[in-house]
Amino acid sequence: MTLKRALGALAVLIVLWLLLPTLVIIPMSFNSAASFNFPPQGFSLQWYENFFTDPSWLRALGSSLQVALVTMVVATSLGIMAAIGLSKVKFRGKALLESYFLTPLIVPGIVIAIGLYSLFLRFNLLGTLPGFVLAHTVVALPLVIINVTASLQGVDPRLEQASATLGAGRLRTFFSITLPLIMPGVTAGALFAFVTSFDEIILSLFIQSPQLQTLPVKIYNSVTQASDPTVAAVAVIAMFTSVLVMLTAQFATRKRKRVSA
Amino acid sequence: MRPESTTSALDHNEQELRQLHLNTEVINVINDAGISLRDVTKRYGNKAVVDAINLVIEPGEFMTFLGPSGSGKTTTLNMIAGFVSATEGLLHIYGKPVAKLPAHKRDIGMVFQNYALFPHKTVAENIAYPLDRRKIAKAEQKTMIAGALDMVRMGDFGDRYPAELSGGQQQRVALARALVYKPRVLLMDEPLGALDKKLREWLQKEIKRIHREVGSTFVYVTHDQEEALSLSDRIAVFNNGRIEQVGTPAELYQRPETLFVGRFLGESTVLSGSMIDTAGATTTLDVSGHAIRVPGQKNSTSLAILIRPENITLDEEGTVPESSDVNTLPVTVLDANYLGSAWRCEVQLPDGSTGTVREAHSTGVREPGTRALMRWNVDSGVLLEDTGDEGVSLT
Repeated sequence: MTLKRALGALAVLIVLWLLLPTLVIIPMSFNSAASFNFPPQGFSLQWYENFFTDPSWLRALGSSLQVALVTMVVATSLGIMAAIGLSKVKFRGKALLESYFLTPLIVPGIVIAIGLYSLFLRFNLLGTLPGFVLAHTVVALPLVIINVTASLQGVDPRLEQASATLGAGRLRTFFSITLPLIMPGVTAGALFAFVTSFDEIILSLFIQSPQLQTLPVKIYNSVTQASDPTVAAVAVIAMFTSVLVMLTAQFATRKRKRVSA
Repeated sequence: MRPESTTSALDHNEQELRQLHLNTEVINVINDAGISLRDVTKRYGNKAVVDAINLVIEPGEFMTFLGPSGSGKTTTLNMIAGFVSATEGLLHIYGKPVAKLPAHKRDIGMVFQNYALFPHKTVAENIAYPLDRRKIAKAEQKTMIAGALDMVRMGDFGDRYPAELSGGQQQRVALARALVYKPRVLLMDEPLGALDKKLREWLQKEIKRIHREVGSTFVYVTHDQEEALSLSDRIAVFNNGRIEQVGTPAELYQRPETLFVGRFLGESTVLSGSMIDTAGATTTLDVSGHAIRVPGQKNSTSLAILIRPENITLDEEGTVPESSDVNTLPVTVLDANYLGSAWRCEVQLPDGSTGTVREAHSTGVREPGTRALMRWNVDSGVLLEDTGDEGVSLT
């Protein structure tokens, strides 16, 4: 009994340990003093006001959303094609290619960042929108492939054969039959790609330029350069955006499961 | 139906066929056939899964591909459907060469064992799918869908999703979907394999009725010999990538050409023996020391006689046959089962193998262990080459 209670207490401690650093930012963002001291003194919305009136913050938010949306579209399109190719075609070294596609999940981000930096330097992609999208797609693609592949495994290949005998070509079959059936995985993969890009910091730090900074880069820069509690407000906004997107992903997958069950 | 066999296409086709040095007679056969397969082969690596098959399926015919799993029947069906491409050979559907035509341009219907209904579409939407591909106006679609659903007696189920239907209902919807655009060819790949016996028998009748109604060419794949016998106009028996025999159910049952066909369709008693004498139209074999006569002649050293169980009667030991047209063989009764309409006895033959007897009026010789005399008319035996085919399941 005591063991059970001790384990319960340990579990609560671990949960707090995981959550507190995230949650501590929320009271900080309402701090009325211009410092990061904890606990905060007084209540104020000035840092939120600061964020929404400072064009440099809004520009960073705009850049982040732009990069994340384009990354989502690019990574999802490529990811769907890669997943279908991997699931349909049999060839030697297929397992190797499958793991190759997933390496960005395993290789340390800093390694990819340095590699991309030297490449982008050569091709003048540093500080450009295409540069950010290319870089973020590298890390977002595996998540799309994993989710779409999982969905594809649940699709009966006979359905595509049936569609063919009924007079539908491959493209028609894909859009009318396959895509609707793998939509839960596509949605989840797309949202994961969005969030990955929206939160990405390591690659972005290397690619950034004063003209093009994503939100995490701007947060990092302002924390290291000045003690501006606006970042607390920004962090809260960024956090809730991510949480909202992830919840949507969860909800989408679960709802589809219920329909197909 | 689309008038795709236009004159020019046919001419072109004939030119092609002539270049292959086929004579006019063969070309006419190909052009008149519903489906024609000439020397169709499918190889995976060095292994021929389908080995130079020749088959002509008449327009409107109900043809069944029967055989054990791995015999090539499904691969052949998949080649007709366009899912698998033939390594060699000529494949024509209503005179049109289709070897290079993708599945969606062959204008065929197909029914799968697992129904393959689109789970995200309602029954009506499933049936509308091929009509949309053919750009048929929505108003016209409505009457076609209603007609197709009525044909399979599913008129009230248009708004349901496939997951809300039983297996039998789903397969009927799949039939409606495959037939709504009136394809000239309907392919069925073990369509009743996943259903229980009662439902299967009822759906067999439905499929037969629908075949009569639509008049399309049906190709039906099954490993169930009873199903094949009751449904088909003709049956092609597959074994090891080849067609052993093509014929009506009665021909295959009464006059099998190979031991495999005889064993695969229905029950049988097989006697192995060596030739003693062949005189006129009758051959005499030595079966475990007994001279057994059978009609016909075969040029082979190892021969066998196949007899259907309903052609055999059991007599008490020592009975003398009243006619010279009768063969007798001493056996031992192993087991007897009452089937209602008949008694089915298993007997041990002189060489130790098992034979089957089915008697409508049992003479009473059925106690296990009883010595008896197996008796049958010389004419009801079938002389076959003994290829040593064993172990074919009768299910």
